[in-house]
Amino acid sequence: MTVWRLLLRRPTFLIGATILLFWIACALFGNVIAPDNPLAQTLLAVNKAPSAAHWFGTDQIGRDVLSRVIVGARTILIIAPLATLLGTVLGTALGLAMGYLGGVLDVLVSRLVEAVLALPAVIVIFLFIVALGATTTTMIIVIGFIFTPLIARTVRSAVMVESELDYLPSARLLGEGAAHVMFVEILPNVVPTILVEFTVRLGYAIFTVATLAFLGFGVNVSTPSWGSDINANYIVLGAGDWWETLFPALAIASLVIAINLVADSIEQVFSG
Amino acid sequence: MTATTAQTGPGFPAAQGLALAVEHMDVSYKVRGADRKALRDVSFQIARHESYGLVGESGSGKSTVALALTRYLPRNGRVSAGSISINGQDPLAMGNAALRDLRARTVSMVYQEPGKALNPAIRVGRQVAEVYEIAGRSGAEALERAEAMLRKVQISDPGRVMKRYPHQLSGGMAQRVVIAMAIAAGPSLLILDEPTTALDATVEAEVLDLVAGLREELDTSVLFISHNLAVIAKMCDRVGVLYAGELVEEGPAAQLFESPRHPYTVGLLRCIPRQGLRKDHSRLDTIPGFLPPTGHAPAGCIFAPRCSIAEDQCRQAAPPAFATGPDRSSRCYLHEQAGELPRNTPVDLQLSSPDSITDDPVVDLKGLSKTFTSRGEAVKALVGVELRLQRGETLGLVGESGSGKTTLARVLLGLIVPDPGAIVELDGKPLGPELRNRTREQLKALQIVFQNPDSALNRRHTVRRLISRPLHKLARLSGDALRDRLADLVRSVRMEDRHLGLRPRQLSGGLKQRVAIARAFGGGPRIVVCDEPTSALDVSVQAAILNLLADLQAKEQVTYLFISHDLGLVRYLSDRIAVLYLGRVMELGPAERVFSGPHHPYTEALLSAVPSLDGQRQERIKLAGEIPSAADPPTGCVFHTRCPRRLPTGICETTEPPLAEVEPGHLMSCHIPIDQLTNLQGIGKVP
Repeated sequence: MTVWRLLLRRPTFLIGATILLFWIACALFGNVIAPDNPLAQTLLAVNKAPSAAHWFGTDQIGRDVLSRVIVGARTILIIAPLATLLGTVLGTALGLAMGYLGGVLDVLVSRLVEAVLALPAVIVIFLFIVALGATTTTMIIVIGFIFTPLIARTVRSAVMVESELDYLPSARLLGEGAAHVMFVEILPNVVPTILVEFTVRLGYAIFTVATLAFLGFGVNVSTPSWGSDINANYIVLGAGDWWETLFPALAIASLVIAINLVADSIEQVFSG
Repeated sequence: MTATTAQTGPGFPAAQGLALAVEHMDVSYKVRGADRKALRDVSFQIARHESYGLVGESGSGKSTVALALTRYLPRNGRVSAGSISINGQDPLAMGNAALRDLRARTVSMVYQEPGKALNPAIRVGRQVAEVYEIAGRSGAEALERAEAMLRKVQISDPGRVMKRYPHQLSGGMAQRVVIAMAIAAGPSLLILDEPTTALDATVEAEVLDLVAGLREELDTSVLFISHNLAVIAKMCDRVGVLYAGELVEEGPAAQLFESPRHPYTVGLLRCIPRQGLRKDHSRLDTIPGFLPPTGHAPAGCIFAPRCSIAEDQCRQAAPPAFATGPDRSSRCYLHEQAGELPRNTPVDLQLSSPDSITDDPVVDLKGLSKTFTSRGEAVKALVGVELRLQRGETLGLVGESGSGKTTLARVLLGLIVPDPGAIVELDGKPLGPELRNRTREQLKALQIVFQNPDSALNRRHTVRRLISRPLHKLARLSGDALRDRLADLVRSVRMEDRHLGLRPRQLSGGLKQRVAIARAFGGGPRIVVCDEPTSALDVSVQAAILNLLADLQAKEQVTYLFISHDLGLVRYLSDRIAVLYLGRVMELGPAERVFSGPHHPYTEALLSAVPSLDGQRQERIKLAGEIPSAADPPTGCVFHTRCPRRLPTGICETTEPPLAEVEPGHLMSCHIPIDQLTNLQGIGKVP
C-alpha cells in the first residue's frame, strides 16, 4: 500500500504510467479508437503529408498512418509482456535454486548465462525464429527462454544477499524443506528485485519484438505492426516522406521510455 | 533548590578557557516537511584537559551532538537554537575555509567502525602522513612523523604497518591508526564516538588504556560518547546522561554512578548485572515503556511516561536543571527521591536453583573438530572440543571473536557439519551431522535465538506466522490447540495479541527479540542456543530479555548454551562457563569458580579487561599481541604467545597441556599447577 502511495507521488512514474496506459488502451480497443480502417487502402491518396484528414499522413498505399500506429500497439503488447513474464517466472525459479541450493547447478547455469551474454540476444532470437517460424507463440517462448538465464542471474545475486541472513537457518531448524525455504521464505524478500528486473526486461522485449518485425520476422505481414511499418516505409524517407517512418518509431520510443520511467520509479521506491 | 539554567549568562564569558561550551543547543531534522527536534536545550562544557562522557541509549541523540559540534549534520539537520564554542571559536558562524581549518586542526573525531574511517585503496602510511602534509610538512618529513605517531599509539612495527592497506589490519590495529590520525594534528578537542564498541574486550581494554595514556601526554580534551556505562565510568571525569535528546543528569563520573539523582540514570544502572549478581539471587530491574519517537516530546518531563515516581507537576511542565550538588545537576523535580526509585521488576521469582542440576547430560559432545578451508589453507575453528550440557543448566561460552564460539553452536544445531570422527549425542543417541538426517524430535530439541532479530526474523512475515510456524511444524498443532498455545506463548514472552498482525519492522528491537525467543520456544525445545541475544539491544531492553530468558528456563527446564562477549551477562545467567581460545576449551567449570579463580591465565586476562562500574579493579593483565591466526596456531599451548604467566621451563612452547580436572568439576588446560596459579593470582583476598 505504502509502495503505491510513494509511486503515485513521483512525477516520473505518473508520466510513464500514463503513456503506458494509453498504449494498453490502444492495444485493447485500437479498432474502436482508430479514425480509419488501418487496412483500407486509398490509392488516390498515397504518401500524403500529415493533414486535418490524416493527422499522421498516409503511407505508400494510402493507409492512414495514425490508425496503423494505434492498432499496431496490439502485437507488441501481447508478445513482449507475455515473453517477459515467461522469462521472469522461469528465471526466478532458476535463480532461487542457484542461489539457495548452489553447487553444480549454480556452476552450470552461471556458465550458461555467460554464454548467452556473450551473444547478442537479438541474433540468437533471430536464429530460433527463422528455424521455428514466426508465430506469436514461438516468439513468446523464444524471447522468454533467452531472458530466463539473464533474469536468473539477477535473482541469484539477490538470493545470495538473503542467504547471509539468519532467518534461513531459523527456517531450516524448524525442519522446513528446500522448496518452502525458497518460495515461502526467500521469494517474498526478493520480489522488489524481480519487479524491477521485469520492467527493465519488458523494455528490452518491446525493442526486440520491434526489431524482429523490422527485419521482416513480424507475426503476420498484413497485421499492422510498428517494426514492419518502419521496414516497409523507410525507403521513401529519401523522398522526404518522413511521417510514415517517424510516427511508428516514436511509438516504439515512447513505449520503451514509458516502461523505463516506471521501472526507474519502482527501483527508487524499493531502494528507499 | 536553585535552578542552574541561568548559571551562564548571555555571551558566556565562561567559555574563555574552555575546550568546548555548548549552550542551550537545539538540533532539528526536517522529516517530510516537518521539523523534528532531536536535541532540546542541551548545555554542557568541557574544560581544558578534561574528559567528558556522554551516555545514552540508541535514539538519545548522542551522535547528533557529535555531528552538530563539527557541523557534520546531514543535509536535513540543523542547529536551530543555542550556541557552540570550540576553543573560543563558533563553528556555526564559520565559512567553509574556516570550518575546514577547524576540522583539520582543532577538532578530531574517531568513529565506531575503524574500517569505514580509513580509505581502503590507500596504504596506511600515506593516510597518516596526509594529516601532516595538510599541516604543511614535506613528504619525507610527514612520513617520518607518521611513523613516530604510529609508534606513539603503540603499534609495535610501524614501518611494516605503514605499507599495509586498511583491510590487512585487525579491528584494534585499524582503530589505533584512526586514533593516530585523529591526534596527529594536535587537536584541542578529540571526539570519540563509540570507539571500542566494535572491538573485543581485550582489544577494547588496550584501546581505552591507549586513549587514557595519550590524554595524559597530550594537551587534549576528550568528548567520549558511549552507550556503555562502565566504559564511560572508566574513561571520564564528568558525565552527562542523555535521554530522548535532553541532558537529564550531569555530574562527576564517580558521584553520578555512585548516587544517581535522575530516575532514568537510576533505572539504567539497575539494568546492568553488577557485583557478581546472578539469576538465582535476583532479577534485574527494567525500565518500562519506550523512548518517545524523535520530535514527539510530551508536555512535561520527557521521562515522566516511564517514570514510576512521576507526579502531576512532572506531566505539566518540563523540569529545569536542579543543582544537586557541587558541579552536579538533574532535570528532575523529585531528584531527592530518585535514588529510592521503586523497582519495576520484583526481585525474586520462581528460580531454578543451581543444585537442582545433577549429572543428567542432555547433550554430549566428543572429539568435536571443525576445519574450514580458506584459500587453500586449513583453518581449525574447533579442535577436539569435549563438552556436556546438563539438563536445565546454562553453559556460558566466552572467548574473543575467532575463538570458535559460534562454530561450536552451529555444529551442535546441525547447521555446520563437523569433521569426521566427531560425536554429538542427544540423550545418549548420536545426532546426524546434518539437519536432514535428524528426526523431528531431534529438531524440536535444539533451537537458537540469534544475535540480531532483524536478520533472524523474515521481514515479510507477520508475528503470528513467525510464532505459529514452529507450533505447526514441530509441535504438530493445528486449529484450536495451535491458537491456545500461540496465546500462551505470546503471553509468556510478555507480548500482546495486538502484536500478532504486525511485521518485524513495526516492532522495537526488544519486541523483535521476544518474537525470536517465542519462536525458539514454540516447539518445546530442550536446548536453546542463545548467541549474543542482547548485544544488538539497549541496556534497558537487555535486562528485560535476560529476565525473560531466566524465567523461561525456570519454567520449562531448558538448557541454555549462552554465548556472549559480555562477561557480566555470562556471569549473571550461567551455571557453568567454558572459555574458548582458538577453538580449544581452555577452562571449564562452575561460573563462580571460573570468575573468582584460580582461573586460567587467559580467563584472568579476559576478566581484567572488562571495565567495571564498581570502583577500580586490580591491575589489568595485559595480553601481548593479537589473537594468532587459526590457520597457523602456535605450537604447544596455543595461548603461550600471549600468556603473561608462561613458565620459564619452555614446556608451554612445546607441549599442549591436556584439559585436566584441577578441582572437582573445574577443568583447565594449563601447565601451571593450580596451587601456583592460586598464589600468582592472589586468590583468597577479597575478589
